[in-house]
Amino acid sequence: MSSDTVLEVENLSVDIAVPAGTLHAVSNVNLQVDKGETLCIVGESGCGKSITSLAIMNLLPRKATLAADKLALEDRDLLSLSEAQFATLRGDRIGMIFQDPMTSLNPVFRIGDQLEEVYIQHGKGGRKEARERAEFLLEKVGIVAPTERLSQYPHQLSGGLRQRMMIAMTLMCDPALIIADEPTTALDVTMQAQTLNLLRSLQKEFKAGLILITHDLGVVARMADRVMVMYAGRAVETGSAEEVFDMPTHPYTQGLIDCIPVPGRTEPGSKLGSIRGIVPALVGDLDGCMFRNRCDLVSDACRSGDIGLIEISAGRAYRCHLSSDESKIKTSVEGAV
Amino acid sequence: MNQLMGQFSHPDSDAVPALECRNVGRTFMIKKGIFAEKQPLKAVQDVSLQVNRGEVLAIVGESGCGKTTLAKMLLGLLEPTTGEILLDGEPINSVSIKDIARKVQPVFQDPYSSLNPRKTIEQIISLPLKVHEIGSQASRRARVEEYMRLVGLPKRLIHSYPNQLSGGQRQRVAIARALIMEPKIIVCDEPTSALDVSVQAHILNLLQDLREELNLTYAFISHDLAVVEHLADWVAVMYLGRLIEFGKAVNIFNDPKHPYTRALLDSVLTPDASLGLPEITLGRGLPNPLTPPSGCYFHPRCPEASDQCSAEQPALIKNENRLIECHLYG
Repeated sequence: MSSDTVLEVENLSVDIAVPAGTLHAVSNVNLQVDKGETLCIVGESGCGKSITSLAIMNLLPRKATLAADKLALEDRDLLSLSEAQFATLRGDRIGMIFQDPMTSLNPVFRIGDQLEEVYIQHGKGGRKEARERAEFLLEKVGIVAPTERLSQYPHQLSGGLRQRMMIAMTLMCDPALIIADEPTTALDVTMQAQTLNLLRSLQKEFKAGLILITHDLGVVARMADRVMVMYAGRAVETGSAEEVFDMPTHPYTQGLIDCIPVPGRTEPGSKLGSIRGIVPALVGDLDGCMFRNRCDLVSDACRSGDIGLIEISAGRAYRCHLSSDESKIKTSVEGAV
Repeated sequence: MNQLMGQFSHPDSDAVPALECRNVGRTFMIKKGIFAEKQPLKAVQDVSLQVNRGEVLAIVGESGCGKTTLAKMLLGLLEPTTGEILLDGEPINSVSIKDIARKVQPVFQDPYSSLNPRKTIEQIISLPLKVHEIGSQASRRARVEEYMRLVGLPKRLIHSYPNQLSGGQRQRVAIARALIMEPKIIVCDEPTSALDVSVQAHILNLLQDLREELNLTYAFISHDLAVVEHLADWVAVMYLGRLIEFGKAVNIFNDPKHPYTRALLDSVLTPDASLGLPEITLGRGLPNPLTPPSGCYFHPRCPEASDQCSAEQPALIKNENRLIECHLYG
C-alpha cells in the first residue's frame, strides 16, 4: 500500500439473509482510492453501490454479513475494529454526504450546534475552536454571513445551502476519505453543477479521497478520476473516466451510455438505445455472467462458470467473456449504420 | 399578447391549438404563523403559451418556478386566479371536471406513490372507465388488455399488485391509465426522473411511439434538459412563476438568449469525460417567491444585470423566433 493510498478494499463481499435464502448484494469487489482522487461508482438501483459504501463505513444492516480479504483505511485495518472504534472513525477519518440533506441534518438543532458537535465529539478541541472551524469552513463552501447561518435551523435553508452545510460538516475533522452517495440528486441542475464544483475543489484542497456514488453518467464523466461500473453486485468495468466513456468495453457499460439522450450526439426525437429485460435476482447460487439475460452478445460460454475481471492495463479491467475487440463489434456495426 | 402568440401558431394549419394559456396566473394566500396576516404568493403569473395537436411542449425551470402549479391548472385540478386556459379553443372552466378528464390526463413522477397499492393492475387501469360509467365489466377488461398491450405490459400482470412490478412497469401502468380515456393531452410531470437510466430510455421511447400512434399532445415538465431537448417541439422556460423565454426547442437549444436559459443549458452535464465541470455564474438560489425582487425577478442572480433591470420589469416581447422577457433584448 503506497503512502498515498487512503482506502484499499480487496475481495469485499456482502451477503444479506432474506426469507428466500441468501442475497449476494456485493461480490468480490476490489477498490482503491488515493489522496485527492475521485472514484465514481456508477450503476442502477440494486447494483450494490450503496451497500459497498455502507460496508466500508460498517453501517450495514444487521442481517448483512461482510467478508473481505482486506479493508484498510490509511494504515488501519478496518476488519479488526470494534463498533466502538468504528464510531470514532466515522465523521473523523471518514466523512459522509448523503442524498437528501434534509433527512441527514437534525431539524431541531441549530446548524452551528450540529457542525460543532462533530468537532467536539471527536476530541478535536473545545467549543471556541469548533465555532472558529465552522465559520472557516462555511466561508470555504461559499456561504456569506456564516455567523448568521450557524444560528439558523435546517428548514430555514434552501436545498443547495443545506448540501453545502453537509459538505462543511464533513470537512470539520479533515477526513482522509469522503463518501458521497448521490449528493446532488435532490438538487436543481444549476445547484448541481455548483455543488459538484465545490465538492471537487475542496476535496483537492483538503487532499481527501472521494468515493462518489451516482447513477448519473454526466456527473461521473465530469467528476471522476477513475470509474467503477457495477452490475448485480459486481464490478463489471473499471478504468479512467476517459477510458470508460470513450471506449466502453463491457456490453452493459455500452448499453448504459446508449440509453441517455446527449445533446449534440443523439438526434432529437430519435429512438434511444435500451437494455432489454430486468436486473436478475441475486438470491441463491449465482453462476455465469449476471448480465447474460440482457446482453445482445450472449453465447453459451456466458451461461456458467466464474467470469473474472480481465485486466487490460493497470486499473483498467472488464468482466466479460468476449475479448475487448469482440465486445466492441456491436458499437462499430452500429456506428457504420 | 395574443397577437404575439398568434405568430407562433403552425403556419400550415388554421386549426385551433390543442392547448392554450392566455395570461394565466395563480396566486395562493399564504399564512406565515398563526397570527400573521395572509400574504399573496404568486406561483404563476401571466403565462401565455400554446401547443398544437401532436406537439410536445416542455416546461422547464428550477423547483419553485411554478411549473407544477401550471401543470395542475392544465389538468383542471386548480383554477387560475387570472387568465384562462383553453382546450381545443374551449375555456377549461366552462366544462365539468369529468369532461376535462376526458381530454387531459396526468402521468406523475413517482410510480411508487401514484398507484394504489391495494388495487390490482386491472382495477387501476380501468378506474377512469368505471368513474365515467363506460362499458360493461367485460368490455372494460378487453379495453384494459388492449391498453396494456399498447404500453408493452405482459397480459399476465393484469391481476398483479403494484408492489409486484418494477419501476418501469409501474410507470407503464400509469401511462395506460392515462391513455384509457383516449385523452388528447397528457401532462407528464417528471415522468422518468424516479427511474433508472436504462428504464428511462424505454419509457421515453414508449412516449414517442404513443405520440405518433395516437397523435397525442404532451405538456412535459422536466428538469432534465437532455431529455427535454430529445423530446420537445416547444420549450417554455419559467422563472419564479413567470414565463421568461418561449420558442421552438431547436432555436432555444441552439441559441439560448435569456441569461437564465443560458445558465440552465450550461449546467447540463453531458457524459463527456474530456470536459470538466461548468462554471455557473448564478450566485445564489431562487429568491423567496413571497418577496420577489424588484424589476426583473432574475436580476439578483443575473451576471448581465444593469440598473434598469432592478428598476423596471421587462415585458415579454417577440425577438426573432421566440418570446423573451429580458431588457437585453428590449
